[in-house]
Amino acid sequence: MRFRFTQSAIDTAQARRELLDAGAGGYVSFEGWVRDHNEGLEVTRLEYEAFQELAVKEGERIVADALRRFPVQHALCIHRLGTLAVSDMAVWVGVSSAHRGEAFDACRFIIDEVKHRVPIWKKEHYRGGDSGWVNCERCAAAPNHVHHDEPASLTTHE
Amino acid sequence: MQLKIQYYALMREQAGRSEEWLESSAVTPADLYGELIDRYGFTLAREQLKVAINSEFSDWSRRLCAGDAVVFIPPVAGG
Repeated sequence: MRFRFTQSAIDTAQARRELLDAGAGGYVSFEGWVRDHNEGLEVTRLEYEAFQELAVKEGERIVADALRRFPVQHALCIHRLGTLAVSDMAVWVGVSSAHRGEAFDACRFIIDEVKHRVPIWKKEHYRGGDSGWVNCERCAAAPNHVHHDEPASLTTHE
Repeated sequence: MQLKIQYYALMREQAGRSEEWLESSAVTPADLYGELIDRYGFTLAREQLKVAINSEFSDWSRRLCAGDAVVFIPPVAGG
């Protein structure tokens, strides 16, 4: 499986091992973390849920697309579900490749597509007790609202 | 005909349930969403949603069959 969910902390050491390949000269990974603020509100925790049957299929299609588009060796995406605290890792993407350029491109492609296409939702809980489903509630009133990307942690090993 | 509807995220909260079997005369998922707005007061417009039938994305105009499992997909927010 090249896309999967976990209810517990993502084991990045294990995930990285799944990408090892004698033909790879390096790997690129992306980690999405829970940020303590969004659109001016102080976030205390997040809840993620997914329509898992379809989400796994769509996630697998995205990784397969990446492997077709970019000449890379292996790619894997793991998304966490359930309740997450600030600074917890929500998503991990890793790509190994003969050369770094394609690995960066494929990693970026996978995280961008996952954010746009996979049926996963997050509910933010704010200081003071309010909460809201991201992209569903305030956007119902302001459909052209711009969303900011999650913070990124990019690492390369060559 | 009987249809199985599953709800996620904001729609699960607004419907007050995760899934149910409903007797419906809806011909398409678009008709069905209209019925469910009347029943549950969903705040998301149909244009903001996608729809899946039997765990695969579907057109809004596809003809529903008895026993179909229908999921309306609110704007996603993974990552």
